[in-house]
Amino acid sequence: MNSVAQPGLVALDVFKPFEFEFFRNGVLVATLAGALCGVVGCYVVLRNMSYIGHGLSHSIFGGYAVAGLLGINLFLGAGAWGVLTALAIGGIVRRRPIGSDAAIGVVTTAAFAFGLAVVQIYGSPGRNADALLFGNVLGVTWADVWLIVGVSIGALAFIFIGYRQLLFTTFDAEVARATGVRTNVVDALLMVLLSATVLSTMNVMGVTLIAANLVIPAVVARMLTDSFSRMLMLAGLIGAVSGFVGMNASYHLDVASGPTIVLTAAVFFVLAFVAGGSFRRRAAGVGHAH
Amino acid sequence: MIGLPASRTPTMGAVKPGAAMIEAAQLSVDYGVGEVLSDVDLSIADGDLVGIVGPSGSGKSTLLKALLGTVAPSTGTVVRRSGLTVGLVPQVEQIDWSFPVTVAECVGMARARGWRTPWIRRAERVEIREVLERLGLEGLGHRHIRDLSGGQQQRVFLARALFTKAEVIFLDEPTSGLDVRTRHDVLHLLDELNQQGLTIVLTTHDLNGIAAHLPKIVCLNTRIIGAGSPDEVLVPDVLERTYGSPMHILEHGGMRVVVDAPLGVVRDAGEATA
Repeated sequence: MNSVAQPGLVALDVFKPFEFEFFRNGVLVATLAGALCGVVGCYVVLRNMSYIGHGLSHSIFGGYAVAGLLGINLFLGAGAWGVLTALAIGGIVRRRPIGSDAAIGVVTTAAFAFGLAVVQIYGSPGRNADALLFGNVLGVTWADVWLIVGVSIGALAFIFIGYRQLLFTTFDAEVARATGVRTNVVDALLMVLLSATVLSTMNVMGVTLIAANLVIPAVVARMLTDSFSRMLMLAGLIGAVSGFVGMNASYHLDVASGPTIVLTAAVFFVLAFVAGGSFRRRAAGVGHAH
Repeated sequence: MIGLPASRTPTMGAVKPGAAMIEAAQLSVDYGVGEVLSDVDLSIADGDLVGIVGPSGSGKSTLLKALLGTVAPSTGTVVRRSGLTVGLVPQVEQIDWSFPVTVAECVGMARARGWRTPWIRRAERVEIREVLERLGLEGLGHRHIRDLSGGQQQRVFLARALFTKAEVIFLDEPTSGLDVRTRHDVLHLLDELNQQGLTIVLTTHDLNGIAAHLPKIVCLNTRIIGAGSPDEVLVPDVLERTYGSPMHILEHGGMRVVVDAPLGVVRDAGEATA
């Protein structure tokens, strides 16, 4: 695989990093995480809950601290914390005293703040806080890989089996409920899936950038098509490509993987935006309250 | 049959087969800020075409939701015939027109209960094509829902309800925002579907454009003020109690036309006191 650099040319050996197991694992996880977040992100963006990824990742960070304090498995503890937070948001939004953006703001910051306070009082639970905040894909273990593979399979199964109910509930919850769809169950399961997605991809993306992985591929996909099924597939593809390209860029540029993955996805957005026309017209409807 | 049930018995909740499709008895709904609906008795039978009219805030939409079962009664009962399939056509203002769905996807998603493939199966595609043709939407299946005229948009959601094989379809303000011609078309379509056996319940603000053309009207202002045919209900007394202001009825071409009390009366009164 080692190529010989020609004098006078800057040779970029794109295959070199693949010699290292940590990199192969990293690329695998980043690509899968991109695809997973891309697909799940479609439901998030179309529910005008773009900010939930950001909020949940923070609240899960708080969950790590609480789990450490209680002495239970960090992943399980953080995951349960995330699910509780997400269900609380879902419950508040359904009763509609306040909008989804405000509900996310209230619940997740409180969950995050609680975690921070616990860390201050009792100390860090052990995991490197920097890695959680900014992502450390090069430190991924096989356990991380299996976790993300498991969540991806679960997500695919859920979306496959509940496709129409999920779509109906996302588009038109009231009519779906009237027609006999158990929208509260669908909503709760989606929140569980979202928590699992954030939890399993946090190591790769980091708390601070995970929202981008949920939002950007879905928004770009929305700009490219008016069909929901195509949007799902495109968002998964754009997320996966961003993860793959971003990881490689991270190695060659010697920049943390979170930022390179997000910037790669952002390039897709810029391209679609610059292309203008129907792409930009479709974008006009994304994330607007209606 | 519409209006007050003949008798109130202790077994009011139990609807006999072949009796009413949906029956509300002494129904009240309270959202925590006072009763939105109070002591409503209403029964919807097979083949009904009923319009619920009343001023803003009179509880029209709440009554629709209570009959559908998405709002729980605070007192009283709503009983739907067991296994009844219902469809709902929402107000156009409630629809997210920027949501990425094509007409075919929009119709197809409604068949969501039980195990369904994510994709629309071949047999379903044929059904969707048929229902779109029936509503004059042929060839529009691949279009985005926003890229349609107002009347077409309304019909897509009607098509969606029909695709679920709904026995009764509820429409919330089906003609708001539509021009006269399109309103006329929607009304004719509803009449045609009703003739074919579909039960239809709708709410409307439009007394002359819609309600006067329906066989049955329910006048609502928290309570049911009157129920029956346009001849029975579109009378000054019922309308004044429904809308809280005097109204006049004119006869024009064999039809009843509701008009506000002439402004002249107010002005004359003002001048008289001046």
